[in-house]
Amino acid sequence: MAGPRTLYDKIWSDHLVREDEDGSALIYIDRHLIHEVTSPQAFEGLRMAGRKVRCPEKTLAVVDHNIPTLDRSQGISDPESALQIETLAKNCADFGVEYFDESDERQGVVHVIGPEQGFTLPGTTIVCGDSHTATHGAFGALAMGIGTSEVEHVLATQTLIGRKEKNMRIVVDGELPDGVGAKDIILSIIGEIGTAGGTGKVIEYAGSAIRSLSMEGRMTVCNMSIEGGARAGMIAPDETTYEYFRGRPRAPQGAEFDSAVEYWKTLCTDDGAEFESEIRLDASKLPPIVTWGTSPENVVSILGQVPDPTKIADEARRRAMQRALAYMDLAPGTNMVDVEIDRAFIGSCTNGRIEDMRAAAAIVAGKKVSDRVNALVVPGSGLVKAQAEAEGLDKIFTTAGFEWREPGCSMCLAMNDDKLKPGERCASTSNRNFEGRQGYRGRTHLVSPAMAAAAAIAGHFVDIRDWN
Amino acid sequence: MEKFKTLSGVAAPLEIMNIDTDMIIPKQYLKTIARTGLGKGLFSELRYDDDGNDVPDFVLNQPAYKNAKILVAGDNFGCGSSREHAPWALKDFGIRCIISTSFADIFYNNCFKNSVLPIQLPQEDVDKLMDDANRGANAIVSIDLEAQEIRGPDGGVIHFDIDPFRKHCLLNGLDDIGLTLEEADSIDSFEKTASAERPWL
Ligand code: SF4
Repeated sequence: MAGPRTLYDKIWSDHLVREDEDGSALIYIDRHLIHEVTSPQAFEGLRMAGRKVRCPEKTLAVVDHNIPTLDRSQGISDPESALQIETLAKNCADFGVEYFDESDERQGVVHVIGPEQGFTLPGTTIVCGDSHTATHGAFGALAMGIGTSEVEHVLATQTLIGRKEKNMRIVVDGELPDGVGAKDIILSIIGEIGTAGGTGKVIEYAGSAIRSLSMEGRMTVCNMSIEGGARAGMIAPDETTYEYFRGRPRAPQGAEFDSAVEYWKTLCTDDGAEFESEIRLDASKLPPIVTWGTSPENVVSILGQVPDPTKIADEARRRAMQRALAYMDLAPGTNMVDVEIDRAFIGSCTNGRIEDMRAAAAIVAGKKVSDRVNALVVPGSGLVKAQAEAEGLDKIFTTAGFEWREPGCSMCLAMNDDKLKPGERCASTSNRNFEGRQGYRGRTHLVSPAMAAAAAIAGHFVDIRDWN
Repeated sequence: MEKFKTLSGVAAPLEIMNIDTDMIIPKQYLKTIARTGLGKGLFSELRYDDDGNDVPDFVLNQPAYKNAKILVAGDNFGCGSSREHAPWALKDFGIRCIISTSFADIFYNNCFKNSVLPIQLPQEDVDKLMDDANRGANAIVSIDLEAQEIRGPDGGVIHFDIDPFRKHCLLNGLDDIGLTLEEADSIDSFEKTASAERPWL
């Protein structure tokens, strides 16, 4: 391709096995992450067709979605979960895929452990049977969520059939105010573009506010690209990225690391490259964000109010809003800071990393969780947990009355015992506030780790910019 | 994969925007290791009350729509989780075609792997089919994939677009893993070049 290219254009063309005139393409997959929920049927398909895994060494498996976060030493009591986990272990053994099981310290949420191990690398194509695979785009990788049939396709062929998506850029410039972070950036973006705003697109996040984020913050931003409908989100690698990988177990080492960095330096959008659409945001104007409804686009400033459906002209939108407010049991005009919560959840692939633990602990230190709140901290991986414990963060949480759990997806999707009861309201650092997502009839408000921690203590949402 | 050529049946109206895959098939059904049997969980949180009884108002519980083969739905159908359990559940229930103004990408892809046809149409066509669907059991809608046409109960015809490769695979029930494996030589040679250029991978 002649002319200036985007980061996405470059990674795409470096992975093309074939591209037909009609745009249908076969792309090579460098890294494949698998977990217990979306892989059993894929392995079953391979078995039935007598196929093998083409590149077991480019595949890594972990258990995360339905694993209990309380003591696991007695085994897993739910027979269906236990069978699903045993099935993964057996499939990995039969097909020669490395597997981090529930007793492995490296076990954790699939999108936390990939980068942590250096399995995720800049300039790679990464897939996983999970929509939040977009997380890995933070490193300048093309990372996409796929369905189970595609998992089977990648296992068998190490390729994926697809066609190129459109380029979209979101530029966030300016300095973030204190108390406002990566989660507020991405929630604001989704509020701006809507949940289908990125459909058929790959988003590149750029601008000074993005550049100044840590790798953890960048992962939080890219993670929720799917909530904006995009197939992938990415950020060009820079010094922060290279440094992150130095010494990681599966990252290149020594001279090989240096030659990798040389390549990674070419992974940026050329001046003059074209984007089909572009959005700009001023970071200095962003407030802490809370969601009020049952779609991640239902965002409002912490100082805002629950919106009024009677003011919405479009009928379908008005009905959607009414439905969401009925589900959430919120009256129009209610101040968000007056909304009381019953539960707080700090964790998930959006906000379960060490920086998130630190941000929450900084708010919690020396305080007590409100009597009305049950609060849970679930580290994203065993290594995050160990690091947090080494820093004494677990003590800060438990002294304040938080529960400190084993790593996993936990109450992000509530497949294990960690779930909301009907009617309970939760301040959650996860990524989806869909009906029933965190438990049947449960009510979820998406917020940053600092906001969730503060709400747990106050018993209602607070503006952490002027709260202590 | 099963072939998809034509389909004729009742269309059920589901006028909700942003129907996500958590709504289509809630997490408690994801513990299965099989692809089949998920129909009972389809839309379960809308379909059943707290005691597990049918909610009479929910469209797929109404006598007219119990055997619906087509779903006409609001914007951005299938957003959220990548779970292929969503099309598995729809298919297991008997729904082979979904019509909306827009679909989330992963869900859209997943449908084609399971011989379920997602049809994207402009708002006015979806409105027309939504009206047809609201007329109940006598309003039979027919789909002809080869001709790329939807025939409404009054005989009106709506044309739809579809990617030619996907159409070909659906019509012939092709398994795309088999097709890709035929390209093993190209994959081998890609791997050789790539590992020379990026040996650390
Ligand atoms: S933490 Fe939540 S969003 Fe992330 S992979 Fe697990 S279930 Fe999915």
